[in-house]
Amino acid sequence: MWLNPANPQLNKNGELHHLLAIDGLPAEILWQILDTAKSFVGVTQREVKKVPLLRGKAVFNLFFEPSTRTRTTFEIAAKRLSADVINLAINVSSQTKGETVLDTVANLSAMQADMFVVRHAASGAPYLIARHVAPDIHVINAGDGRHSHPTQGLLDMFTIRHYKNEFSRLRVAIVGDILHSRVARSQIHALTTLGCPEIRVIGPKTLLPSHVENLGVHVYHEMRKGLKDVDVVMMLRLQSERMHGALLPSAQEFYKYYGLTEDKLAAAKPDAIVLHPGPMNRGVEIDSSVADGKQSVILPQVTFGIAIRMAVMSILAGK
Amino acid sequence: MPRATHKTMPGKPLPDAEQLLQALTDQMRPTVGPDSGLIGIHTGGVWIAQRLHQALKLQVPCGALDVSFYRDDYQKIGLHRDVKTSTIPFDVEGRHLVLVDDVLYTGRTIRAAMNELFDYGRPASIRLAALVDRGGRELPIAAQFIGAAVTLDPHQSIELTRDDKGRLSLVLSEQRS
Repeated sequence: MWLNPANPQLNKNGELHHLLAIDGLPAEILWQILDTAKSFVGVTQREVKKVPLLRGKAVFNLFFEPSTRTRTTFEIAAKRLSADVINLAINVSSQTKGETVLDTVANLSAMQADMFVVRHAASGAPYLIARHVAPDIHVINAGDGRHSHPTQGLLDMFTIRHYKNEFSRLRVAIVGDILHSRVARSQIHALTTLGCPEIRVIGPKTLLPSHVENLGVHVYHEMRKGLKDVDVVMMLRLQSERMHGALLPSAQEFYKYYGLTEDKLAAAKPDAIVLHPGPMNRGVEIDSSVADGKQSVILPQVTFGIAIRMAVMSILAGK
Repeated sequence: MPRATHKTMPGKPLPDAEQLLQALTDQMRPTVGPDSGLIGIHTGGVWIAQRLHQALKLQVPCGALDVSFYRDDYQKIGLHRDVKTSTIPFDVEGRHLVLVDDVLYTGRTIRAAMNELFDYGRPASIRLAALVDRGGRELPIAAQFIGAAVTLDPHQSIELTRDDKGRLSLVLSEQRS
C-alpha cells in the first residue's frame, strides 16, 4: 500500500495524495494550499487566465448528488489549469441502471482518468473510491454526506485570511444547522489546525451534534450572546428537508431566532465579515440586507474557491 | 556590446556579486530606455531587478515572476513548495522587456518565464540579463547582458544571498548524490 494507512490522504512521505477531509491534515499542508491559492488568484486576474500545469490530464467531476456552484468552480479550476474536464451527473445515468460506485469508477479509470472530484450523499464514499483507484489517480472530496467538504473549508479559511490576515487573534462564530453540516465540520477542523483561539457554534439544541464541545468549540443557543464581539460570522445553509422533520417548527421560527439580520449582526465587531457557503435561503438563515451588505464577503468566497481548487488540484497532480 | 569579463575556474573564489551588478548596470545603461519593463525571476532575480531598476532610474515599476506554474519539471517533481505571486505592475503589450535572473544555466527557467510573460500580452521585445552565466544550456537561449561567465562542475551550484543591509553575494554549494 503506497498510502499512509492511518491517514489515506497522505503518501508515505507525508505528502498530499488525495484530499478527503481537513481532519488529519497537518497545518503545514493547509498553509501550503492557502499560499499556493494566493498565487493562483493572481493568475485569475490576468488577460489569459490559464496556466499549463494540468495540460493533457483528464479530470472527472463525479457528482452523485446535485450541485451547481461546487461543480462549476471545480470545472473552471481544472480548465484554468489546462486539464480536460468531464462532468458526470451520476444520479441520472448509470446508477439508475444499477451500476455500483466502484464499477463506475473502474470504467472511468479505464478511460484514462487522472483525477476524480467526488460528491456523494453517503459519508465516506470518496474514501471508498480513493482506496480502490490506481496509485497514480487522485481523489478530491467535493462533499460527502454530513462528513466533510474540505475545499469549502479551505476557501473559507482563504477568505478569512484575505480579510483578517491571520487566525491567532480571531473569534469566529459558526451559525445554524451544525448537525447536518459537512461544511461546519470542515471549518471547525481547519480553524483549529490554523490556530484560531475561539470558535463558537450557535444554533438550536436540535441542530447541534451532541458533545459538539468535544471539538473544542463554545456552544451558544442565543444569537446576540454568541455573536458578541466576533470577527467572523460563518452562516450555514438551512436545508429545507430539515424543516419538515421534528427538528424545527418552521422556517419563519428559525429566522426569528437564528436568521442573521443587521440588528443581530450589530453584536459582532463593527468590522466583522459574514460568510455563507451558498446557496443562500434569503429570509431563512440570512436577511437580504446582510447578504448584500458591506460586511458580506459571500461573492469573494466564490471567486477564491476557484483559486483554492486550482491549488489543491495542482498540488495533487504533480506527483 | 561589452560581454562577460572574467572566467572563474573550479576551485577559484566566486566573483563579488556587487561588482557583477555594477558591470551589468554599465552594460544595460546605453540600451535600456526609461520605458522598458524590468522583470525579475523569484527570488534572486527580483533582488537584482530591484537594484538595476534603481541604478538605471527606470520609470516603469519593477515586475516579479514566479515561474512555478510553467516549469517543465512539474510532472517529475511536483509543484514547488513555496510559490510566490507573479506581479507585473505594467502593461506588457508592445513594451520592451528585460528579464532578470541570478544564475543562467539550462535555460529552462527562462523558457518558462517567457511562456508566462506571453499570457500577460505580446511584448515588443524581450532581452535577458543574468548576474552569472554558468553555461550548460539545454535550450537555444542566450543572455544579452551578463555579469560574469563562471565554469562549474555539474554537482556544484551557485546561489545568490542577500544580507539585512541589502548586500548581494554569491555562495557556492556542492551537491553529492
